[in-house]
Amino acid sequence: MLVSILGTLVSKAQDCTMSLSGKVIDFHDGVPLKDATITFNDQTIVTDKDGSYSISNLCAVSYAFTISHANCNSQVVTIDLKEVSKKDFYLEHHLDELQEVEVSGKKRSKTSSSQEETISKDIIQKYSSAALGDALKEITGVSSLNTGSTIVKPIIQGLSGSRVLIMNNGVRMQDMEWGDEHAPNVDINTAGNVTVVKGAAALRYGGDAIGGVIVMEPNKVPAKDTLTGKTVVTGASNGRGTAVTSEIIKGYKSGWFLKAQGTLKRFGDVEAPDYVLSNTGIFERGGSLSFGNNKFIQGWDVYYSYYQNEIGVLAASHIGNADDLIESINSGQPLVIRDFTYSIDNPKQDVTHHLGRVRYFKRFEKLGKWTTQYDFQHNQRFEFDIRQTAELRKIPSLDLELTTHTITSDFVLDGKFDYNLDFGILVRYQDNFADPSTRARRLIPDYEKYDAGLFVTGKYNFNDNLIIDAGIRYDYNQIDAKKFYIKTRWEERGYDEEFNDIIIADEGTQWLTNPKFEYHSVSATTGFNYMFGESYELRGNYALAQRAPNPSELFSDGLHHSASRIELGDLRIEQETSHKISFSLQKSDENFGWEIAPYANFINDYILLEPTDVELSIRGAFPVWEYRQTNARLLGIDANLNKKWLPNWKTNHSFSLVKGKDTENDIPLINIPAANLSNRIIFEKKDWKDLVISLESEYTFRQNEVPDNIMVFSPQEQEDVLLEINTPPSDYHLFHMNADITVPFIKQNELNIGVTINNITNNKYRNYLNRQRYFADEVGRNFLLRLTFNY
Amino acid sequence: MNTRKFLSMLAIAGLFAYSCSDDDDNPTVVNEEEVITTMTVTLTAGTDVVTLTSRDLDGPDGPNAPVITVSGPLTANTTYTGEVSLLNETETPAENVNEEIEEEADEHQFFYDVASTLNATTAYTDTEADYPPNMGTNPVGITFSLVTTDASTGSLTVTLRHEPKKPNDGTLADAGGDTDIAQSFDLTIQ
Repeated sequence: MLVSILGTLVSKAQDCTMSLSGKVIDFHDGVPLKDATITFNDQTIVTDKDGSYSISNLCAVSYAFTISHANCNSQVVTIDLKEVSKKDFYLEHHLDELQEVEVSGKKRSKTSSSQEETISKDIIQKYSSAALGDALKEITGVSSLNTGSTIVKPIIQGLSGSRVLIMNNGVRMQDMEWGDEHAPNVDINTAGNVTVVKGAAALRYGGDAIGGVIVMEPNKVPAKDTLTGKTVVTGASNGRGTAVTSEIIKGYKSGWFLKAQGTLKRFGDVEAPDYVLSNTGIFERGGSLSFGNNKFIQGWDVYYSYYQNEIGVLAASHIGNADDLIESINSGQPLVIRDFTYSIDNPKQDVTHHLGRVRYFKRFEKLGKWTTQYDFQHNQRFEFDIRQTAELRKIPSLDLELTTHTITSDFVLDGKFDYNLDFGILVRYQDNFADPSTRARRLIPDYEKYDAGLFVTGKYNFNDNLIIDAGIRYDYNQIDAKKFYIKTRWEERGYDEEFNDIIIADEGTQWLTNPKFEYHSVSATTGFNYMFGESYELRGNYALAQRAPNPSELFSDGLHHSASRIELGDLRIEQETSHKISFSLQKSDENFGWEIAPYANFINDYILLEPTDVELSIRGAFPVWEYRQTNARLLGIDANLNKKWLPNWKTNHSFSLVKGKDTENDIPLINIPAANLSNRIIFEKKDWKDLVISLESEYTFRQNEVPDNIMVFSPQEQEDVLLEINTPPSDYHLFHMNADITVPFIKQNELNIGVTINNITNNKYRNYLNRQRYFADEVGRNFLLRLTFNY
Repeated sequence: MNTRKFLSMLAIAGLFAYSCSDDDDNPTVVNEEEVITTMTVTLTAGTDVVTLTSRDLDGPDGPNAPVITVSGPLTANTTYTGEVSLLNETETPAENVNEEIEEEADEHQFFYDVASTLNATTAYTDTEADYPPNMGTNPVGITFSLVTTDASTGSLTVTLRHEPKKPNDGTLADAGGDTDIAQSFDLTIQ
């Protein structure tokens, strides 16, 4: 690495017979470092195989020695030879943790044995104007549950919502992930890379990740004097909007760094091939700032991010009752089609998320690293509906304020080469406040929640080829809510027989209750990673995970205006327990590589929300969606293959399939992604300004395994009619194209120009996993032009 | 920035203290204001008065279906004048919701759908201009007329749409908008 000499003048008059000897040692595990260099004035000394060195003929003055080793940060140490003749130097070998530039070619994974995949900055840039969930679909086995095209919730191997944990820069997002129409409140542009761990094996992040963990990590700031920046500007034809994101990073050799980033996205109504999808615009603003000092043995940093998104909800999806829903399903056309506009009207969501974090770490010689952090999150969600009066329409019908404080601390013991251990604890306090000024009954009640967790994970390098990992985690959750129930609902649910002791006040037509629940959850994992042959890797993992029910599953009760459905939680819901076994066999090779990854997930007391009936009211009949628990089984396989056919031509292929079954009732599970197949042909030519062109065919099968439709009474028809609420739409086949070139741009900077065309053939289709599939087609063709300036 | 961070940390500490101290405060109850619990359609022909009532006291959030009552049969070959009255009976005294509809008459419309088996026809007898300051000429339907012919049975469905397309061809499909009320009454003409 860098070799600098802060030389000290040597006086010739002095007697230069002093010497200095010692060793250069890895600070981390105490291993002597061979081939480390010690430089002073114009001399360079190299350590021997024991890490020892010896320098003679030194004068009795102070010298500045620069000690370097491959992959280590150099150190400058000043030594006064009058006083010292023996000195051991310690170097830090774990650069990545020191926020050094990434070690190229080395794949860093979150677990050793479970299935995982990372998307890097190229893909993040490509989806700069889209949502996190859109970008993650590049990963085999990841799909999404959408509400329109802008509210995108990631699904990992068939599971989503509270079963998927999102780690944003070391902080577990607490952004009301319990709702189907609540997208993660994160800006993808804050991430340098995103890793998806498919399953609960990454225990340090949480024990309840039955679906998996999404780990968003920022770009690392090199510990050197540097100033870099990047701006991505994307224009899209569909939605007629622009997204701009920019970041600037200042690093110092002393370890100080400062990083600032901002994003602005503004899109109008998007369009399906035949019509405008009215009221689907978004206006997203975000910014983040971090600074800190990462020194050799200790460091701290502060991170703050702000995210606000105003999201229009398809006008036609606001319906009055079940008859309107039937009418909409039958007509095959949205009931509201207006001219294109940028303005966002009711129904809409307006969400704001503040995230602050302070982190400190300290390294202990030959032992490991201790990290402690405090994070604060404030999530504010407004949902505006079409209400009876203009005055009411200005007031949100849902106004939830979720505040979370978390302290985590962990110690990684990595002083030994053959194993490491990670111990950690977590305490969290969360407060939800549902503002009564909405003048609408609260869907989610006021509550306070306390969480505590403890974990130990370990990794043992059996030999050069075999790694074994294991971990165990315990979580305690307590929820203390103040919830109003309409008295008739209280009885209809049968709560009057079991829960009358939690009633604390009589409010006329409603009871005020104080449900308090405690959950003890245990999760554990074990697995192996076996590398063999030239480039083969076999991973196997078993993960046990328990998830406590979320507030929506417990307390939902009432008419969800924006969804025109009555959602009913259940106070009796208990934790669900998942046993997942997964394997992956992989051959990593640029010329011919492949991966095949089957899994089986058995979930006891799986919590699901599905349509069960309709309830009649003066407004007509509303579909009722009820939470229930059952035993479920998910079986699936993810596979991909890449082959280089000619020097500049290669193809990528991926396929994923998951089957979900309610084994107790022998019926299919709702909202399970359909099988899909993606084939991509790529042309690359470095000489032509780094040209990369790809054409992708994306084929999504029809989801044939769905629960039965329900018969409902239609007041309009005065008879029972079939509500085709579970009927899946047809299969669809889409083509996408992407092209990139990189050209020099002012001095030594670079400009990357990218063009993307999505849905080239302007196909009309509907997606089973879009909650608005009853009302409108998906988005049609979209041209995107993307300019990326690196400076 | 450091000072601000520090201040926000202080605020956070404050929040902790605050949230711990307000444990015993109960949230305030919300009674939905936009609820219509009761619709009464009064059909009058001289001294012959027939009332159709739908009462849903636990509102759309509650599990109970509305209680529908029809006071008696209609007389054949008679012209009735009809009037709709809407109440929110979750409040005491009951709130008259008609006022809100009248205020925004241009954004509301009642639709009367007579089943093919019932020998009757309906017609609007009001326009938006009847509810000042509205000035439009489109029907609202707070008042209407119902003309019966021969004896028969069948349903009358009353629908109140909010923000329908106006003018429209009188059908729900053409009008669009959101449904505030949709109730059917089984009627007998004798």
